[in-house]
Amino acid sequence: MTHPVFQVSELSVSYGEFRAVRDVKMEIFDNEITAFIGPSGCGKTTVLRCFNRMNDLVESARVQGQIEYHGVDLYDPAINPVEVRRRIGMVFQKPNPFPKSIYDNVAFGPRVAGVKDDLDEVVERSLRRAALWDEVKDRLKSSATSLSGGQQQRLCIARALAVDPEVILMDEPCSALDPIATGRIEDLMEEIKSDYTIVIVTHNMQQAARVSDRCAFFTTEVNEVSDTRTGILVEYDRTERMFSNPGDERTENYVTGRFG
Amino acid sequence: MALTVPQLLGPSLREQLSGTSRRQRRETVVKTALRASAALSILISVLIVLSLVREAWTFVSQVEWATLLDDGWFPRRGLYDVRTLVVGSLIVAAIAMAVAAPLGLGAAVFLAEYAPPRLRRMLKPILEVLAGIPSVVLGFFALTWISTEIVQRVQDDAPQSNLMAAGIGVGILTIPLIASISEDAMRSVPSALREASYGMGARKLTTTVRVVIPAAVSGLVAAFIVAISRAIGETMVVFIAAGATGGSLYTHDPFEPGQTMTAAMAAQAAGTDAVRGAALTFQSLFFVGLLLFLITLALNVAADRVVRRVRQKY
Amino acid sequence: MGVLATIGDGRVTRDVVARRLRGGKRDASGTAFRAVLLAALVVTLAVLAVLLVDVWTGGWSVLSTRFGDFINGTLSSRANRAGVFQGIRGSFWIAMFTIVLAFPLGIGAAIYLEEYAPNTRFSRIVDINIRNLAGVPSVVYGILGFAIFVKALGGFTGGRTVMAAGITLAILVLPIVIITSAEAIRAVPDNLREAGFGVGATRWEVIRHHVLPYAAPGILTGTVLSLARALGEAAPLILVGATTDFLGGGKGSLVDIGQLTDRFTALPIVITTWAGRPQVEFRALTSAAIVVLLAVVLLFNAAAILLRNRYEKKRR
Repeated sequence: MTHPVFQVSELSVSYGEFRAVRDVKMEIFDNEITAFIGPSGCGKTTVLRCFNRMNDLVESARVQGQIEYHGVDLYDPAINPVEVRRRIGMVFQKPNPFPKSIYDNVAFGPRVAGVKDDLDEVVERSLRRAALWDEVKDRLKSSATSLSGGQQQRLCIARALAVDPEVILMDEPCSALDPIATGRIEDLMEEIKSDYTIVIVTHNMQQAARVSDRCAFFTTEVNEVSDTRTGILVEYDRTERMFSNPGDERTENYVTGRFG
Repeated sequence: MALTVPQLLGPSLREQLSGTSRRQRRETVVKTALRASAALSILISVLIVLSLVREAWTFVSQVEWATLLDDGWFPRRGLYDVRTLVVGSLIVAAIAMAVAAPLGLGAAVFLAEYAPPRLRRMLKPILEVLAGIPSVVLGFFALTWISTEIVQRVQDDAPQSNLMAAGIGVGILTIPLIASISEDAMRSVPSALREASYGMGARKLTTTVRVVIPAAVSGLVAAFIVAISRAIGETMVVFIAAGATGGSLYTHDPFEPGQTMTAAMAAQAAGTDAVRGAALTFQSLFFVGLLLFLITLALNVAADRVVRRVRQKY
Repeated sequence: MGVLATIGDGRVTRDVVARRLRGGKRDASGTAFRAVLLAALVVTLAVLAVLLVDVWTGGWSVLSTRFGDFINGTLSSRANRAGVFQGIRGSFWIAMFTIVLAFPLGIGAAIYLEEYAPNTRFSRIVDINIRNLAGVPSVVYGILGFAIFVKALGGFTGGRTVMAAGITLAILVLPIVIITSAEAIRAVPDNLREAGFGVGATRWEVIRHHVLPYAAPGILTGTVLSLARALGEAAPLILVGATTDFLGGGKGSLVDIGQLTDRFTALPIVITTWAGRPQVEFRALTSAAIVVLLAVVLLFNAAAILLRNRYEKKRR
C-alpha cells in the first residue's frame, strides 16, 4: 500500500509580476517514480523546486498554496529550509560537481551534517548505489572534473544519496547526456526506487513512459489580457493509463506526438 | 556594373583578386605602425633594466661591502645598510596586509555572497572610485589623523612620524584593490556549485566557506600577491608619514620612524641638490631601485601564474 | 547515524516530522559570520569617509575664505600667500603629455595585439611584458625618467622639466591604457567582424568602422582612469626633479609652451611639500590642496566607472 509523501493543493508560483504556474493539485506517493512532463515553459521545474524550497533562493519568487510533507506544511515559517533539503535531495540538469576530489564531493554532505567516523563507508555505499563505484574506486582522490559527463551526473546522484534523503528530485537529469549514459541513469533510478521516492522532470516523453509509475502532464494556457503564458497541471494519473488512454484531449495530443 | 563573361574569366580577374591596390598599401602601413606601438613596450622594459643595471653595477663593484653591514642607511655619508630599507619595507607591507586583508576580504565576501543586488550595485562602484585616491592624500592622512588618533592612542610615546601609521595608511590604500579582485573571483564561481551545496541541505555559512571560497581560492591568492606587491612599491605614504628623510637608523620597531626602499629613493632625489653627496650616493639609488624592481617583478610573475591556473580550471 | 536516519516507512507521525523539519538550534554561527563580514565593509567605508571629511574640514578655512587667491597663488613660504596655481599648471601639462603620448600609442598597441597578432610568439611576449610593467612601482619609472629624460636626453627636454615629467608619466600609464583597451577590444563579438569581412573590407577597415566604435566606451573608460592615475602620482615627479620649495618665474599663464622646458612642480608635489612644513597654517593649506586634487581625480574616476557601468548594462 502506497502512502502519499507530498500533498499539494492550489500551488501557484509567481516571479515578480509573472505567474509561472497556477493551481497545482496532486499527491506524490512513496517508493514510486513520478514524472512531470509537458512542453517547455509550463512550470514543471518551478513546481519541482517548490518541494525542497529551492525557490527560496530566487528573490522575486512567491509561492502560494500548500505543500504538505507527511502532513507538515513545508512553507510554515517555523520550518527551516536547510533541514528540508537534508531530507529532500536534488539532482540538477547540468552536472555540477564541486572542483574537489571524487571522495570529497560525496563526503561533503555527510561532513557538513557532522558525520566523522564512517565517512569511507558512506562514500563507498553512495557510489555503489549510483553505479559508479567500480569505475572510480581506484581514483577517489582525483578531481571530479576529470570524469565524463555521464560519470559526473552519477557522481552528483551519489552526492545526493550520501546524505540519505527520503526523496530525490531530479530536474531533467539526462538532458545533457548521451543515450548510453541516459540509459544507465534510468536503470539506476529503477534500482533505487525501492528505497527512495523520486520525482523527475523530463522533456523526454519516452523516458517518462519507460521509467515512471505516475505522470503529471503540464501545459501552458495563454492569458489573453496580459499576454503571458501560465503553466497548469492538466492531468495526473498512473503512467500506463496516461499513455494508453489519457482523459484529456491535450494530454492525448502531447503523448501521441502531435505537438510539443 | 555587370561583368561580361570574358571579363570574368580573363587575366584581369586574377589581378582583381590579388588586389595590390591603394587599400592594400594603406593596410600595410597601418599594420606596421601598430606593430611599432606594441614593440615600444618591450623597449621600455629594456630601458628600465639597462638604466638600473648600469649604475647599480657601478655601486656593486665599487662599494665597500663593510658599509653594508654597518647600522643605518645614510647614503650621503657613505653608509649603505640596505638591510634597514628592506626591513622597513617588510614591516610596512606586513602592517598593510594585516589591515587590508581582513577588511578587504570580509567586504568582498559580504558583497559577493550576502549583499542584496541593489546594495552591491551601489557599493561596488563606490569602492572602485575610492581605489583611485592618490597616495599623497593617504600619506597626509596617515601623518595627521592616523598617527594621532590610532597610533599614539596605542603607544603614547610614539613620535608623530612612525612606520605603523604609514603601514596602516598603505593598508587603507590597498583595501579597495583586494576587495575588488576578491569579489570578482568569488562572483565568477558558477552558481551551479552553490545550488548543489544548498540542494544538499547546507546552510549559507557552509556553502560560502566550504564551497565558494575554496573554488575562488586562486583568485583570492592572486589578489593577495598583487596587494603585497603594491604595498612594497608604495612610496608617498611612507615618504610623508614615516619620518625618515635623509637617512635612517636600523629599526624593527614599528612605532619608530623608519625608511623603506621606495621612500629612500625619493628621499635621495628630493631637495634642491639632488643626489649629491658621498661618492656612491648616486649609484646607491639605482642599486635600491634594481632590488625593488626584481622583488616586485617576482611577485607579479607569481600572481600571474596563479591567475592563469584559475582560468584553466573553468 | 541518528542524524541521517530516514523517516520513510510511512509510519512516522506528523509531529515527529514537524519537529525534525524545524531543526535544532538557531543558526548562531551563521548570523555571527554575516555580522563580521558586514562589519568589515562598514569599517572600510567608514575609514574612507573619515578621510574625506577630515580633509574637507581641514581645508575649509582656506577654501572658504580665499578660494580665488588659493587657486591663483604661487608657491610661497608664507602661508597666507601660498597657492596652487603652479601645481595646477604642472599637472595640466602632465595630463597633456599623457593624452598625446600614451593614448594613441597604447590604443594602437592594443589594436595590434588583439586584431593583428593574437597568437604569435611576439604578441605573447609583449603581453607578459606589459603585465609586468603594469606592476612596476611608480618610483622605478621615476628612475627611468631621471636616467633617460633628465640625464641622457637632457638637451632635448631641458633636464628637470615638465616635459621630462610628462613623458615619464605617459610611459607609466601606458601599460594600463594597453590592458584596458585590449580588454575592450576583446569584448567585441566576432560576428561583428565577420560581417565586415564578409562584404570585402580589409582588416583595418573592419577595425576602424566596426570594432573601434563598439569598443569605444570601454577604451574611453580605460583612458580616463589612467589619466586620473597620472595626475595623482608624486614619486616619479620627485625623481625627475620637481621643485619643492620655490618656483621662480612668477605666475605665467596656464598654457605657456615656453615653460615646458623650465623647472616645474605639480599638484601632488605641492601637497607633499606642504605636508612636511611644520607651521600649523600649512596643515590647512595641505588639506585645501588635497581637496582640489581629489576633486579632479575622483571626478575622473567616477565618470569613468559610471560610463563603464552604463555601457555594460546597455550591452547585456
